[in-house]
Amino acid sequence: MTWSRIPVAVRYALLVLAIVIVWQAYVSLWHVNKLLVSSPLDVGAALAEDLRSGKLFAVTFATLQNLLVGMLAGALVGFALASFAVFSKVGHDLLTVLSAIFNPLPSIAILPLAMIWFGLRPESIIFVVALASVWPVAINTDTGFRTISLTTQLAARNLGLRGWRLVLDVLLPAALPSILSGLKSSWAFGWRTVVAAELVFGVAGSAGGLGWYINNARYFLNTSTIFAGLVVISVLGILVEAIFGIVERNTVVKWGMKRAG
Amino acid sequence: MEYVGLSGRRTLAVENASFDVRQGETFVIIGPSGCGKTTLLKAIAGFLRPARGRLLVDGSPAREPGPDRAVVFQDFDQLFAWRTVRDNIVYALRVARNIRGSDARKRADDVLALVDITRAADRYPHELSGGMKQRAAIARALALEPTMLLMDEPFGALDAITRNQLQIELANIHRRTGVTIVLVTHSIQEALYLGDRVMVMTAHPARIREIVDTSGARDVDTAHFAELTGRLRELLVHRDEDDIADGDRAARA
Repeated sequence: MTWSRIPVAVRYALLVLAIVIVWQAYVSLWHVNKLLVSSPLDVGAALAEDLRSGKLFAVTFATLQNLLVGMLAGALVGFALASFAVFSKVGHDLLTVLSAIFNPLPSIAILPLAMIWFGLRPESIIFVVALASVWPVAINTDTGFRTISLTTQLAARNLGLRGWRLVLDVLLPAALPSILSGLKSSWAFGWRTVVAAELVFGVAGSAGGLGWYINNARYFLNTSTIFAGLVVISVLGILVEAIFGIVERNTVVKWGMKRAG
Repeated sequence: MEYVGLSGRRTLAVENASFDVRQGETFVIIGPSGCGKTTLLKAIAGFLRPARGRLLVDGSPAREPGPDRAVVFQDFDQLFAWRTVRDNIVYALRVARNIRGSDARKRADDVLALVDITRAADRYPHELSGGMKQRAAIARALALEPTMLLMDEPFGALDAITRNQLQIELANIHRRTGVTIVLVTHSIQEALYLGDRVMVMTAHPARIREIVDTSGARDVDTAHFAELTGRLRELLVHRDEDDIADGDRAARA
């Protein structure tokens, strides 16, 4: 039986299993210092312990809360900027200038400023996450609005549609492929930013979150807990990608606006 | 006709365009690319605002686009991709005619039957063939019960076989509903087959050449059809004598 004939989920599971086995063998057979690299079994034990105590749920919840509030704020501002850019020349120029200035700037670099403005509180993290997600949403939504087929727009106007109704009923769904890809990159930026920001907060305060959880484990040389935190971050990332996949399959792919894949 | 474009500049699209469309007829506008036929149709639809002159529908001026002048375009993306065929119609009825619920569904099913795509009612537009998409677009326009149906080369993107079939069905629909149709085309055969009157336009300069009564020509095999084909071809190909004279002078110089 050739590799390509095995179902894809099984193929991936086999690869993950192989990686874990190699990892375990490396730690067990080479007698690696456990303070440097934990074995999968130790990581599993650390995971189980902090899941049972509820500690991992609490920090994960804190991270997701910061991320979602920040992304929501960023996406709303980005959407408003894109709408403004579509309806006026000034708005278009403003979006071009603002995104040229801020998009290349890693938003985590704003964290020190945010900490001065908002203090060692979740607001600082939310602020940098929002800043990370606003530009992908704004730029992609703007592109989405601009590339809506002229015929689609004329058909909408033919029905007498205008104003917010035209935006919500026609422009928004017609631009959805771009809006979704904007949200996807905003999630990717936001996710990296929130973990990085929490790492800094792990030094500076106690706002919680997965970044803080990892950094806190470092103080106690709790290497397997660090690995456990990394596993959670990775798994959550995979889950969110899967959710985006489901959303796309039920909207833009179903409507033939984007190919499956 | 002059119109004010998006840039705010006035563009002279068609010189001295003046014509009227009679209730219940199929009025065909034919001409080469660049003659302004689509511009005229867009002006009737209200998408372009004439800088001079007026557009009257049932005696009252029409300045904005509206469902009383329902448009069927050539491009397939006139249907909303995120709604099924039936939902496209139900949605149009809700926003343009304030008809909702079971009334809207009933009327949608009626027009879907009229254009013979009942079986595709619950499909999304991208799942349909080109011909079915155009049927769906015609159904949506008819559901609005427009004063006139504006069609901009509606069969231009279809293969020849499908095009012929839809021409036959459009003629049937016209006979059954009595809706006034303004059809833009560059096919002489289509113009003669569907049109009661055919307005011939020329390019460079864009102007109306002549309006020909073609109501007697339906059957492709008749001598009358052949005669009118020749007449339209002549109007389309040969230019005014003034223009020819100008051309000769230019050629000699």
